[in-house]
Amino acid sequence: MLEKALYGSKGYYVWILLLLGLIGLGSIAYYTQLTQGLKITGMSRDVSWGFYIAQFTYLVGVAASAVMLVLPYYFHHYKAFSKMIILGEFMAISAVSMCMLFIVVDLGQPQRLLNVILHPTPNSILFWDMVVLNGYLFLNIVIGWTTLQAERKGVTPASWVKPLVYLSVIWAFSIHTVTAFLYAGIPGRHYWLTAIMAARFLASAFCSGPAILLLLALLLRRLTKYDPGKEAIQSLAKIITYAMCVNVFFFGLELFTSFYSNIPGHMHPFTYLFFGLEGHGALVPFMWAAVVMAIGCLVLLIPPALRNNENILVPALLMLVGASWIDKGLALLVAGFVPNMFERVTEYAPTIPELAIAMMVYATGALILTVLWKVAISVKKEIA
Amino acid sequence: MGINRREFLKIVGISAVAGLGGATAVDLLRRAPVEASQASPNPKALTAKRWAMVIDTRKLTEADCQRMIEACHRVHNVPDIGTKQEVKWIWTEEYEHAFPDDMNEFVSDEVKHKPFLMLCNHCDQPACVRVCPTKATFKRADGIVMMDMHRCIGCRFCMAACPFGARSFNFGDPRPYVKEENRKYPTRMRGVVEKCTFCTERLEEGLMPACVEVSNGALIFGDLDDPNSEVRQALRSNYSIRRKPNLGTQPCVYYIV
Repeated sequence: MLEKALYGSKGYYVWILLLLGLIGLGSIAYYTQLTQGLKITGMSRDVSWGFYIAQFTYLVGVAASAVMLVLPYYFHHYKAFSKMIILGEFMAISAVSMCMLFIVVDLGQPQRLLNVILHPTPNSILFWDMVVLNGYLFLNIVIGWTTLQAERKGVTPASWVKPLVYLSVIWAFSIHTVTAFLYAGIPGRHYWLTAIMAARFLASAFCSGPAILLLLALLLRRLTKYDPGKEAIQSLAKIITYAMCVNVFFFGLELFTSFYSNIPGHMHPFTYLFFGLEGHGALVPFMWAAVVMAIGCLVLLIPPALRNNENILVPALLMLVGASWIDKGLALLVAGFVPNMFERVTEYAPTIPELAIAMMVYATGALILTVLWKVAISVKKEIA
Repeated sequence: MGINRREFLKIVGISAVAGLGGATAVDLLRRAPVEASQASPNPKALTAKRWAMVIDTRKLTEADCQRMIEACHRVHNVPDIGTKQEVKWIWTEEYEHAFPDDMNEFVSDEVKHKPFLMLCNHCDQPACVRVCPTKATFKRADGIVMMDMHRCIGCRFCMAACPFGARSFNFGDPRPYVKEENRKYPTRMRGVVEKCTFCTERLEEGLMPACVEVSNGALIFGDLDDPNSEVRQALRSNYSIRRKPNLGTQPCVYYIV
């Protein structure tokens, strides 16, 4: 089926070339990082993780795009998602691939990566994160590919695929939970040390992942005339709305516990994010933008009349993605490190090479997504 | 009886997996041969069940601290980078930053402005060891939290996990920043995490840690499990505090104030 990705319109080739160009540009920055080390990034002794790990965290959430379709489709036989489900599974492949690439580009000694497998360490959450991410990647490749192939041949998928589908739903919850445990099990980082972290990850994932999927599906419909169906779009929008409500609610719970308890260590990261601390407030404008976008998208998403109007749905989803990205792809990480273990403030901002490397990874993910979706759409059109 | 291509490939695949897995299993089961270093321990080596340090802050001035920092960083080839990507094994902090949970509004002027030496606490329950995905940082039987620089993949999970900010990452090649290389101790490469090791290499030769040696008795180093050790005596007869004891990591560096 992969050969379907080799033939396309002129626009398709231009897009592929553009992505390859971006990957090439980013590779130059990555080569510099490989030869000089992570000193070309904005990370420091105090903020020792940065943009890469933040993107990894956000993209784990994006990988959830699949489960919000797979669960209703297979567990509740909700057939409206039948044309969209393959898009979700293939987007999960792309997102998990980006997750892994972001981990690799963050390593100081990437050539020693296999030490994680050569010296397996079950007490490290990072070990388990590797297990669940690889597992989820594998599940989505196998399920997505075999179901698409069966569809192409006009037969039902092999009987062994069904158990894997059920497993993938449960597995999807594990990738968020385990990734949240990376943060939530660390003593001394107040912003992360919260039992609700995994729940927040799930809520954030279940709104942002499907939101990105829906935006891309709408774009796809415009470009290729592949219509996932009105009901599917509206149902997914409803799921996204519920998940975003829960996401914002959970964030409010964090605010309550921190500020009503009045414990300084718990308040400091929030104060830093929203008002700045000791004269440092790099994230303040971002945080307030996130607040405005979060409220704005809920205002547009909650009333069905607005949500079901695609001219309103699209900007609402864009705001949702913006808000959730600032929350999870930026603030979550930085506020764990600021203030530092000595209650001092060292700020972090990514450098140009760091952003170029991140762009390389995003472009790689986009390339994977383009190729997989191209295959899926071609097959669907072939059998239609 | 013939087999078709599909069956043939299945058999080949299963055999390959079984072959690889079997070989690994045999490797794991075979006892590793004794290494040279295990054969003859240095009879002069200092040993303990649980190494610990007591810092008598009453006896320390900023100049004393600088002398110890200098001694440590020189003997361990710690680079002097001077940016926020710095590497340091031992340094000083003010009271309110060293003990940020101890938020007394008013402290004596003496304590408030006194330098407190910061170094790895060699915790009994080290968070860094718990999170390391490769066992590159590990706890020795004598309580020292050690680093294997050759195994570290540079993921920096340990830096996120350490509540004491004891760890440094080599963002770039540290060697150009080592002023005078001590040939007896290895330099590090970029991309690995490092920290204080309680001078394991000196203990093996029967020497006290470098900072203790130049401390004029302000730093006491010994076995916390031995009731008659110097550290236990010091803790018995003086009031001492530790950094962030509420986190349950059980730091093994005590401060007499």
